[in-house]
Amino acid sequence: MNTTRHKAQAGTAPSARPFAHRLLADMLRIRRMEEKCAELYGAQKIRGFLHLYIGEEACATGAMHALDADDNVVATYREHGHALLRGVPMDAIMAEMFGKAAGCSRGRGGSMHLFDTARRFYGGNAIVGGGLPLAVGLALADRMQGIRRVTACFFGEGAVAEGAFHEGMNLAALWRLPVLFLCENNLYAMGTALDRSESQTELCVKAASYKVPTLKVDGMDVLAVHEATRRAAQQVREEGGPFFVEFRTFRFRAHSMFDPELYRDKAEVEEWKKRGPIHSFSAQLKAAGELSEDGFLELDAEAEAEVAAAVAFAEAAAWEPVEDLLRDVTTPGVQR
Amino acid sequence: MRISYREAMRQALHDALTSDPRVFLMGEDVGRYGGTYAVSKGFYDEFGPERIRDTPLSELGFVGAGIGAALGGMRPIVEVMTVNFSLLALDQIVNSAALLRHMSGGQVSVPLVIRMATGAGRQLAAQHSHSLENWYAHIPGIRVLAPATIADARGMLAPALADPDPVVIFEHAQLYNMEDELPDDSNEEPNEDWRCDIERAAIRRPGSQVSVITYGGSLPKALEAAAELARDGIDVEVVDLRVLRPLDTETIAESVSRTHRALIVDEGWRSGSLAGEVMARIVEHCFYDLDAPPVRVCSEEVPIPYAKHMEEAALPQPAKIVAAVREMLNV
Repeated sequence: MNTTRHKAQAGTAPSARPFAHRLLADMLRIRRMEEKCAELYGAQKIRGFLHLYIGEEACATGAMHALDADDNVVATYREHGHALLRGVPMDAIMAEMFGKAAGCSRGRGGSMHLFDTARRFYGGNAIVGGGLPLAVGLALADRMQGIRRVTACFFGEGAVAEGAFHEGMNLAALWRLPVLFLCENNLYAMGTALDRSESQTELCVKAASYKVPTLKVDGMDVLAVHEATRRAAQQVREEGGPFFVEFRTFRFRAHSMFDPELYRDKAEVEEWKKRGPIHSFSAQLKAAGELSEDGFLELDAEAEAEVAAAVAFAEAAAWEPVEDLLRDVTTPGVQR
Repeated sequence: MRISYREAMRQALHDALTSDPRVFLMGEDVGRYGGTYAVSKGFYDEFGPERIRDTPLSELGFVGAGIGAALGGMRPIVEVMTVNFSLLALDQIVNSAALLRHMSGGQVSVPLVIRMATGAGRQLAAQHSHSLENWYAHIPGIRVLAPATIADARGMLAPALADPDPVVIFEHAQLYNMEDELPDDSNEEPNEDWRCDIERAAIRRPGSQVSVITYGGSLPKALEAAAELARDGIDVEVVDLRVLRPLDTETIAESVSRTHRALIVDEGWRSGSLAGEVMARIVEHCFYDLDAPPVRVCSEEVPIPYAKHMEEAALPQPAKIVAAVREMLNV
C-alpha cells in the first residue's frame, strides 16, 4: 500500500483532509480525551460524576458533522464528545473537568455541565430528559423570530420513559418546531436494560405516535449516523417540523466511575466491542485503500498531543478565588 | 381609577405584549378560553395564537419550553394555572431555570416570567389549595414576587420582564376580585407611572406597637385585623413582604426594631414555612430589640379541607391575627 498517499496529512488543516479522515480523527479525539479522563479520575484530578462515551463516538461524530455551525445543540451529562466536536476547545473542557476557572463553565459545572453559548452549545443537562423541553423552547424562539435554524437535542433511551420526552415530542410536533431529536440508544439506562423498563422497545414507534418522522440507524457506523442525521436535518430545515433519529449504540465502559456493572454480561460488552466504531471504521477505510496504518497512527498521535496539551493547560490553570463563590447566581448590576 | 386586581394584571400583561415583540404568553387555556382567572380575556383575538399560546396539559413541557425560548432571545410569560400544578413543572423550574446561569459559569441567563395563582379559601379542597411560595423562595437563582395590592399587580410585571433572570409571580386567587384605586397614568410611556421596584418590602400601615409581617392573600386579612385592633387603640404596623426572594431583611428589621414585637402571618404550613425564615432573620438581626418572642399565625398542619368551616379554621384569619396580637401585648 502506498503509505505516502494515504497519510493523514497531520500537518494540514483538518478541514483540508478527506471527510472520512476527519470523522476518524474526531472519534479518536473523543476516545483519547476520555481515556485520559478516566486516568485522571483515578489520579483524583477529576472528581464527581464522570460518564464516559467510549464506544458511542460514532453518534456524536456523525451527527455533529451533519449540523451547521449556527444550529443549536442541547446535550446530556454524557456530553464530552458533543462539546468537543461542537468546537469547544479541549483545553476548556479539560479545565472544566478539573474544576478550574478557565473551564468552559468556569469550573461551576464540571463534566456534566459543559456550556458554550458562543457555539450555541446549551449544555450538558444531568436530569434525564431535561433537555427536551429546552430544545423545544429554543426552536420556538427561532420560529417566533423568523430564524431558520435546527435545534439538535441529544438524549439517551432512558429519557423516553420520562414525561419530558412525551411532552416535548408532542409540543414539537403540535407546533411544527424545527427540533432534531437524536436518541442515543445504548440499551442501558444506567443499569436497567431497555426491555426491563419499556413495554414498547421500538423507540421510533413512540416518536411516530406523535406524528414525528423517524429513522433508525446503526450507531456504531459513523457514516450511517452522518447520513441519517444529514437527511433528517435537511427535512427539518426544509419542512420546519421535528424529526426523531435513533442511533443503536453501546457504551463500552461503566455508566459512571461508581458503577460495578453487575447488570450486564461481559460477553455482551465484548461482542459490542468487536463492532467498536473506531476500529471498524478504520478497518473499513484501510480495506478500501483510503487509509494506511501510518495514516491512522498519525491521526492518533495528533489526538494524543491535543489531549496532552489540554491536560497541561488544565493543570496550569488557576482556581477560581473562593471570594467569588456567590457570583453567577443572578445577573449582577441589574436595576430592577 | 378604581380597578380590580384581575384588571390590573390584565393591563400589565397588555402593556407588556404591546411594548415588546419578544413577549408572549403561554399556558393552559390562556388563549381561546381567556385565562382560567380571565386575566388574558380578549388577548387571543388581539395578539393571535402565536403570542397567546394555548398549551396542552404539559406543565413540565411548556415551562421547559419557556426556559428554552428565554434562552433563545424571547421574553416568555408562562402561566402555570395554579401553584398546585406547578409541582409537575418543578424539575424545569428548579433544575433548569434557576441553575442554568450558574452551571454555565454565567454564560446564559433565563429571562423568564412564570405566573401562577396560589392559595386557598374557595373550598377547592386539598389538591387545589396549596400555598407553596416558600418552596420557590428557597431556591437561589430565581426571584419570587407576591403582588398583594392593585398597584403591585399593575406594576410588578414590567420590572419582572426586565429582569434577566427567572421571576416567579404568585397571584393569590382570593385577590383577583379585590378592587382599589389606581392613580391615572399621566406618562406617555406605557407602564412608567406604575412601574414599581421588585426589591423591597413595603409598610402598608404604619404603627408602633407590633409589626405584623405578611404577604400575598394574607395581607388583606392583616390589614383587617389591624383596623379592628385600631378601634381598641392598639397600633399595629403591617409590613407586606412583596418580594419573597430575596427577602428584604432591612425593612423587616427596621420595622421590628421600632415596634419591638413581630407577628408573622403566612398561609403556608407552619413547619418549614417562610414565616419561619422571617422569624429567624428577626432573631438574627433584632434579638436585643425584642420585647416579646416573635409569633406566627400560619395554616394549621392539615391538608386544606373542603368543608367551609373547616377550611376557615385551617387558614390564617383576621380573628386569629387579632387574638395573637392581643396575647403578645397582653391586652
